[in-house]
Amino acid sequence: MRKVISFLLLAGFVFYFATLTGGLLIPDSSADRSSVGLDILSRSADETGSANAVTSVVVLYRGFDTLGEVTVLFLAALGISVFMKSTGEKRKKVLDQSFILKTGSRLLFPLMFLFGMYIIAHGHLSPGGGFPGGVIIATGFFVILLTSESVNFNKTLMSVLEGLAGLSFIGLGVVGLLGPGNSFLQNFLPLGTFNTVFSAGIIPLIYAVVGIKVGAELSSVVYAMKESK
Amino acid sequence: MLYLLAFLVVVMLIAGIAVIVVKDILSAVILTTVISLVVSVIFLFIASPDVAITEAAIGAALTTVVFVIAIKRTRSKETTDKE
Repeated sequence: MRKVISFLLLAGFVFYFATLTGGLLIPDSSADRSSVGLDILSRSADETGSANAVTSVVVLYRGFDTLGEVTVLFLAALGISVFMKSTGEKRKKVLDQSFILKTGSRLLFPLMFLFGMYIIAHGHLSPGGGFPGGVIIATGFFVILLTSESVNFNKTLMSVLEGLAGLSFIGLGVVGLLGPGNSFLQNFLPLGTFNTVFSAGIIPLIYAVVGIKVGAELSSVVYAMKESK
Repeated sequence: MLYLLAFLVVVMLIAGIAVIVVKDILSAVILTTVISLVVSVIFLFIASPDVAITEAAIGAALTTVVFVIAIKRTRSKETTDKE
């Protein structure tokens, strides 16, 4: 019975997805799309200076929404660290890893970290941004945590980084509120040259802050889950 | 293009059914990863690379990590309880 219900549910989802994809594949469907998207596409480059229109929506037009997402993630991480309370002492049982795995992970970690930083720093130019970049950094951290026996994980540093990043997000928003724009998360920096790294006002700053916060939070989550009793 | 998308959807469908049918819970987790990867490729083809990169990072990498750790933890607890 349960399997039948599951199959029915799955079939329903597949049907829904197929209709959704089918609608997107018809070439001349732009006429009945909502005009908000087209409007944002036509003016975001001039207004925000960001080459990536999606980023301009996520950070500026819907910046408050991003703040809410970061808060939700913070609460989830808090819940996991309370639930999986670390006992402090190291677990004695250490798995025997092969030499190749150990060396490979040590070699891979800096590259993954660098790639995450790249994704964060180029959020306003190419696809990516604070969330995926932070997740990539956390995954790289997990790779090193999985293979080395003793990791000097500084939990206090992570908490401090996380708190500072969250505070700077709100601080940047408040500066926009007090500035000439008179609204929360309003851009107050010069836009710079279009399509260069140092451009788009406060977007790279906010994405850097979000990336640090997400990376620190998810690394703490992975560490808490791995090391708890 | 359409055929490629149809193929990807079929792969996703097979993986989705296999998640329900498969007995081993670890295999089910890996199959959900397969679904996430295929979905991220589909996102890339329908011109939304931002969503694709997020789906690949969160759905395929981090969710699997968290699930696998959770399975490992609960399994070790179950066996010690039985003893």
